[in-house]
Amino acid sequence: MTRILYFAWLRETVGYGEEEVALPAHVATVADLMTWLAARSAAHAAAFANPRLVRCAVDQEFVTPEAAIGGASEIAFFPPVTGG
Amino acid sequence: MARILVQTEDFDAGVELGRLGHEDAGGIASFTGIVRAGEGERRVVALVLEHYPAMTLRALEAIVAQAQARWPLTGCTVIHRVGRLRAGENIVFVAAASAHRAAALQACAFLIDWLKTSAPFWKQEEFEDGARAWVAARAADDAAAAAWNG
Repeated sequence: MTRILYFAWLRETVGYGEEEVALPAHVATVADLMTWLAARSAAHAAAFANPRLVRCAVDQEFVTPEAAIGGASEIAFFPPVTGG
Repeated sequence: MARILVQTEDFDAGVELGRLGHEDAGGIASFTGIVRAGEGERRVVALVLEHYPAMTLRALEAIVAQAQARWPLTGCTVIHRVGRLRAGENIVFVAAASAHRAAALQACAFLIDWLKTSAPFWKQEEFEDGARAWVAARAADDAAAAAWNG
């Protein structure tokens, strides 16, 4: 199982901040995962409607959509950061 | 020699500057960020700061390590508050101490520029009428951080 986390408006749009999913083998990259998650519900589809607005961290490291997710235990999706 | 904190409580910038005093530190540069009520028609009464707890400290440590690799620092402090912060309250503090002013000033600017684009914090504005809105990332912040790679 892989833990998926959502932050900021992605959490609000999906409706919760965390879920556990069993990823099929064909979901190899972050971009694949966004497409796969978008098909889970209308709320997920809304959250991932524009993947260019979404950033990702795999096991707490920032990655780009092409990054492989094989073996990851925690994958987080969020908008561009706005701290400071 | 780096002090990195993520906390809901306020901080005392004077106390933090005092901690960086050191016989080899010729100077300390610091930046204190404050919640701004804003210049627009709708006044911001508070910011709600969300973060990714499992990742935040790791990201801040990575940013501090980069500053330490680029400049000879005798000390370095990063404090970021989270939770609901009212207009006028402190939100972030960064400080860098070094033997000479150029290193301290540059490291301080680098720390705040990178913190804005490379640490997992998100701000939500709360307005006078109770409405809330997520703050959008600014291209100018990305450009400021990227400029350090030039």
